[in-house]
Amino acid sequence: MARKISLKQAVNEALDQEMRIDPTVICLGEDIVGGAGSEGEMDAWGGVLGVTKGLYAKHGNRLMDTPLSESAYIGAAIGAAACGMRPVAELMFIDFMGVCFDQIFNQAAKFKYMFGGKAETPVVIRAMVGAGFRAAAQHSQMLTPLFTHIPGLKVVCPSTPYDTKGLLIQSIRDNDPVIFCEHKNLYALEGEVPEASYALPFGEANVVRDGKHCTIVTYGLMVHRSLEAAAILAKSGVEVEIVDLRTLSPLDMDTVLDSVTKTGRLVCVDEASPRCNIATDISAQVAMRAFGALKAQIEMVAPPHVPVPFSPTLEDLYIPSGAQIADAVRKTLKGGKS
Amino acid sequence: MADKNSFPLSREALLKCYRTMRTIREFEERLHIDFSRGDIPGFVHLYAGEEATAAAIMSHLGDGDRIASTHRGHGHCIAKGVDVVSMMKEIYGRKGGSCNGKGGSMHIADLSKGMMGANGILGAGAPLACGAALAAKFRGKGEVAISFVGDGGSNQGTFLESLNLAAVWNLPVIFVVENNGYAEATSRDYGTAVDSFVDRAAGFGLPGVTVDGTDFFGVYEATGEIVKRAREGGGPSLLECKMVRFYGHFEGDAQTYRAPGELDDIRANHDCLKIFSAQVTSAGVITAAELSAIDREVLDLIETAVKQAKAAPMPTLADLTTDVYINY
Repeated sequence: MARKISLKQAVNEALDQEMRIDPTVICLGEDIVGGAGSEGEMDAWGGVLGVTKGLYAKHGNRLMDTPLSESAYIGAAIGAAACGMRPVAELMFIDFMGVCFDQIFNQAAKFKYMFGGKAETPVVIRAMVGAGFRAAAQHSQMLTPLFTHIPGLKVVCPSTPYDTKGLLIQSIRDNDPVIFCEHKNLYALEGEVPEASYALPFGEANVVRDGKHCTIVTYGLMVHRSLEAAAILAKSGVEVEIVDLRTLSPLDMDTVLDSVTKTGRLVCVDEASPRCNIATDISAQVAMRAFGALKAQIEMVAPPHVPVPFSPTLEDLYIPSGAQIADAVRKTLKGGKS
Repeated sequence: MADKNSFPLSREALLKCYRTMRTIREFEERLHIDFSRGDIPGFVHLYAGEEATAAAIMSHLGDGDRIASTHRGHGHCIAKGVDVVSMMKEIYGRKGGSCNGKGGSMHIADLSKGMMGANGILGAGAPLACGAALAAKFRGKGEVAISFVGDGGSNQGTFLESLNLAAVWNLPVIFVVENNGYAEATSRDYGTAVDSFVDRAAGFGLPGVTVDGTDFFGVYEATGEIVKRAREGGGPSLLECKMVRFYGHFEGDAQTYRAPGELDDIRANHDCLKIFSAQVTSAGVITAAELSAIDREVLDLIETAVKQAKAAPMPTLADLTTDVYINY
């Protein structure tokens, strides 16, 4: 398994492999081909950051550029899913959910329950998430908690190319609506990825680092910031355990509780705004279900409760850093019982 | 008698359409009474007065053709073939209802009949119908999708975006604007600046036609043409049906926004069932006795539906948490 590809290529490969084996898989989104209807190159963009580049040549009209009408095409993907297709719709930036959220949370998420269990809506909505791209307040948010709040949706946010390929393939095969969050600052990250197709199950967190002193629970880009923190802390003999949630709905609380029971300390790290985010949810659940195992207060590392700023100086201050995470670990290590 | 039939439908088809319209009418009239008695929970929006449009449009469709309905969806459901007893159970919130009591009046769906759901969000069905049409296009069997929207809901961005999407993708979808003159309580003319919804269609590059929605045969003929065009790859169209609403926006609406005498007038002069009955009997194709026989059967069916609904069990705690996900 020596082959290394980027997270961006992992997305492309997952889409390609699923389209090869399942004719009901179609992809639609703004400029996912890029160049439709013009005299120049078809597949000119292949997605705004080139994630779907090359797929048009392989799968032709099963990749469809859309008008700039998120409500219409996200809704169309959902409607097609309810009629036997497996559409993968790209909502370019997750921030654009504001103009199409009704179709996601009032339609797709509710069909199965609201129709008495008879509907299936196997749609995947891929979207870029996260800060660090100097893209400012409307193109940089980590809006995962808005989706985990909604019963009926599944929410995925991988941190590695390997997880990205396996979880995207699972998302396409899954029969429930899936929000698949791709961190734009991880697209270039390279990692070992098997060429053969494989699916990773939902609801299984990954312990990416073993440690005995403190548990860090996180996902997405923050997994890498937490690894930086672990490297800093290891120099002073502190060994943290890092749990990468991978899927936020369903949520693997068993792995979280096992780790906290082992270490007795918890730091939740989330790139989403600090109120009602994934970190507060994990904190509450651990406090309710494993209070006796905790040796000290739970700490949370999240951005301040402000929109994502533009200036690189401000944005770098906004995004939780490895140093901040290390500080939070030290704080919980100092607190409570020994 | 069949020799005299100059209608575009056979006698059997005419009787079937009459039965559909009468079933919708009696279903709604009964709900009006039962709701006022306090037997029915929640919001109920009645289709009474608008039956000809649903019956005429749906008579061109099969189970493989999809419709996306509105909050005023009972008529669409019945015309599309959804079981009336299951619908009544659903509206009564009972187990065994179309949605096992989890949807209610505003969310009745039966995908096996191509009924993609009534919808509590105005204009939300249009993108879904585009999706159904997209799926139909990939399947290549000539199926179509119908998006129903009210004159009020047609002002939603979802609807307008969908007109454009359908046009640029040449989807086999028909947008039916059910113009009953009121967006909830606000008049159609106050809330919509253009005089004709066909002008809107033209603005998006779609052909459109306006018909009298209380005239079954007018709707039937127009729909036949645009459904045929869609099936043959000719793309989307808009059909505006001008119709009347016998009741308020929802049950319990005092309708004080109506002009004095308006309701009496539409009941007397714009009742699509009276108009249809007069047309088919005066032509000598159907007898009044045949229609009366259907009326009695329909009343029996509705009575049975209500009895079964009231006798059906309520959902239980065990039902509360099922059917959220296929697997989780």
